[in-house]
Amino acid sequence: MSKLNIITRGIIKDNPTFVLLLGMCPTLGTTTSAINGMSMGLATMCVLILSNIVISAVAKFIPDKVRIPSYIVIIATFVTVVQFVMQAYLPSLYETLGLFIPLIVVNCIVLGRAEAFANKNGVIDSALDGVGIGLGFTIALTLLGFVRELLGSGSIFGIKLIEGDGMLAFVLAPGAFIALAYLIVLFRKITTKKS
Amino acid sequence: MEYVLIIISAVFVNNILLSQFLGVCPFLGVSNKVSTAVGMTGAVTFVMALATLITYLLQYYVLVPLHLEFLQTVSFILVIAALVQMVEIVLKKISPSLYQALGIFLPLITTNCAVLGVAILVVTKEFTFGGAAHYLNLGQSVTYAVASAIGFGVAMIIFAGLREQLDLNDVPKSFKGVPIALVTAGILAMAFMGFSGLV
Repeated sequence: MSKLNIITRGIIKDNPTFVLLLGMCPTLGTTTSAINGMSMGLATMCVLILSNIVISAVAKFIPDKVRIPSYIVIIATFVTVVQFVMQAYLPSLYETLGLFIPLIVVNCIVLGRAEAFANKNGVIDSALDGVGIGLGFTIALTLLGFVRELLGSGSIFGIKLIEGDGMLAFVLAPGAFIALAYLIVLFRKITTKKS
Repeated sequence: MEYVLIIISAVFVNNILLSQFLGVCPFLGVSNKVSTAVGMTGAVTFVMALATLITYLLQYYVLVPLHLEFLQTVSFILVIAALVQMVEIVLKKISPSLYQALGIFLPLITTNCAVLGVAILVVTKEFTFGGAAHYLNLGQSVTYAVASAIGFGVAMIIFAGLREQLDLNDVPKSFKGVPIALVTAGILAMAFMGFSGLV
């Protein structure tokens, strides 16, 4: 598989949110606005790339029986690093995303890629896989945040476009589920037409 | 009184699934049948209560006195993973029938963000049940964990019932599977919004 293929596959064919349907909790919980969704996606991407690199490098030395706990420790270490970096340099964003930053540890995407890709492939391929899947996740979260922000408060990336209050339900919980459902349907429509 | 408030708040008002979005993966994954939803709820309640108890003690008697708070995420997830494994082994020996019922759900719980989420929430968030904001004590934390698990179960079982009915209906092709389930969950979340302002 070519290097470019590894990246594009994560964005379209194996999109973690729209196709594989992994990591639903941060997808729904943090996308109250486009900027929040994008930040969450980027934070997850950082952890994913770093953990993919380290896991692919040390996979040969880890006994098969303790591989899952070892992966979790590696992932948790990087999550803690990202958590402290955000707390230091982006405190307001850290406040908004809150609990979902430490919860990157249990995001099925990260452990899933470690198990399905990083432990079988080389360091560079694994890093690229992290970039691809991470980008797919970030794009999906940004899109969902974009839709919810536009419908819910009439603004995009914090810039007010439509006067008035908007449909508050889209910022709250019900809108998250419904907006994601329609985005998945649209994604399915577009990708099946192509193939 | 505070305990009653905690329970009502965690089960209905701030339902862990439908308003805090924790544990959505198993919510969508194993809610096809009411019976599996009940099994999952049992396993989650058990692990969540135990995990919160242990991580609470770990936080206040090990991490804080030793100034190792930065190890919170790493140590909590390890405790939960070890706990799930242990519960699995113990159940297998003591009650094979219960193990049969819960068995397949147990390994899934390690990556259930609701368990880690509640464990982190009770030691980091200040709650305002009945007056001033304060951190929860041990009893309140475990109560909060059990109540959250019950809230998880309530949402999960209602949703499984809805999905069983949904299978009998003619759903448009693109909506089949997860999208229609998400729309249903959205409507259910709207219903749960009716409880807001109760506590």
